[in-house]
Amino acid sequence: MALLSKKDANLILDPLADNNPITIQVLGICSALAITAELKASVVMALSVLFVLGAGNVVISLLRNVIPSKIRIIVQLVVVATLVIIVDQVLKAFAYELSKTLSVFVGLIITNCIIMGRFEAFALGNGPWKSFLDGIGNALGYGIILVIIGFFRELLGSGTLFGFPVLGDPVTKTGLYALGYENNGFMIIPPAALIVVGIVIWVQRSRNRTLIEEA
Amino acid sequence: MLEHLELFFKSIFIDNMVFAVFLGMCSYLAVSKKVSTAVGLGAAVIFVLGVTVPLNWLLDQYLLKDGALVWLGPEYADYDLGFLSFILFIATIATMVQLVEIVVEKFSPSLYNSLGIFLPLIAVNCAILGGSLFMQTREIPNLGLALNYGVSSGIGWFLAILAIAAIREKIRYSNVPAPLRGLGITFIITGLMGIGFQSFGGMLTGDNEPPEPTETTTAKTEEIKENKEIKKEIDDEERTISYNEVINK
Repeated sequence: MALLSKKDANLILDPLADNNPITIQVLGICSALAITAELKASVVMALSVLFVLGAGNVVISLLRNVIPSKIRIIVQLVVVATLVIIVDQVLKAFAYELSKTLSVFVGLIITNCIIMGRFEAFALGNGPWKSFLDGIGNALGYGIILVIIGFFRELLGSGTLFGFPVLGDPVTKTGLYALGYENNGFMIIPPAALIVVGIVIWVQRSRNRTLIEEA
Repeated sequence: MLEHLELFFKSIFIDNMVFAVFLGMCSYLAVSKKVSTAVGLGAAVIFVLGVTVPLNWLLDQYLLKDGALVWLGPEYADYDLGFLSFILFIATIATMVQLVEIVVEKFSPSLYNSLGIFLPLIAVNCAILGGSLFMQTREIPNLGLALNYGVSSGIGWFLAILAIAAIREKIRYSNVPAPLRGLGITFIITGLMGIGFQSFGGMLTGDNEPPEPTETTTAKTEEIKENKEIKKEIDDEERTISYNEVINK
């Protein structure tokens, strides 16, 4: 790593696993669950958060010496809201169908706790480059979980990935369906997302037992 | 009257903030370790939703919607400021939360002591902004229904956090597998509760349509104790008529 020092690299790598925003810090759950029935929506959501968090962290970090601490929440909200409006308008212009699927959840990136959490915990106390790396790292950690959930929910629920049938055709009974396999409609309904996250947490904590909570 | 009832039940049970659309999950998971704090936060959410949803409805109706500015004069009829809704809604919410905090602190210190610490948390609770955004996408037709929607979604959220807090207090005595303890099991329980709440889907006939009074409403009127209903027959018709006249001119 010539480009990044070891410390900087840790800023990106840490949130991917051992300090993951969703499974460890429990931030930003709201949007993570609602839009993961399809892999495509999950990927777009992850990219939107990547943009908002990366850019927002840099802006806040540049402004950190100017913002009076009393009104910092509202300043942060305005910065996020502006970035989210950009994302929303771009999605509406170039991916209208997808923006219908995501509906209000693009707007809810504003109140995504990951973003406010990183602003408060990191960008207000660190320089722009570090904040940028931190933002990218946390957004990637968030994105990874989203993609994992979206992958399993779409594969098991509809037998497709990104809308392409990968397990054969359920109507004409080809591929796996010829052997009597059925789609699990349960994975499509909203509560299944919660159970999948629960299982992801279970697997992660079994592999790394230091993360287990007391009580 | 019937549409009020229908919206009320729909927002509490069928479109429950937590179980159907996952709003406010962060605070739902973080503040549900004890019933008493859960009740405090739940009450604050009902209150703030009840205030901000009608306010944002007014904003949406008279400022943001396509053609909403027509009251300024006919030449403003083509303006659509919809893209500003995120920033205006969140500003309204942040300001209202701050204002409510100041007012409550001044006039009711006891209420402030029980609610106060939760109020700043609420400004960034997705349930609040989500309430306003869903109000906008579902095109709630009048102010009374907007108030109803805010309060009843709040009650739905309150019920959810109360239930999970009670379960978490009890589950401390159970032998949960170590890696699942705490967060993991809470997710799975919430998922199971969500499946339970799905069964309410059969309660009303319309699935995702905006509520409209149908003859097959199954809600039993005797069971309703609480029905926040404000009769405000907003002069919608009159307004659309004058709007049409303006356009014809």
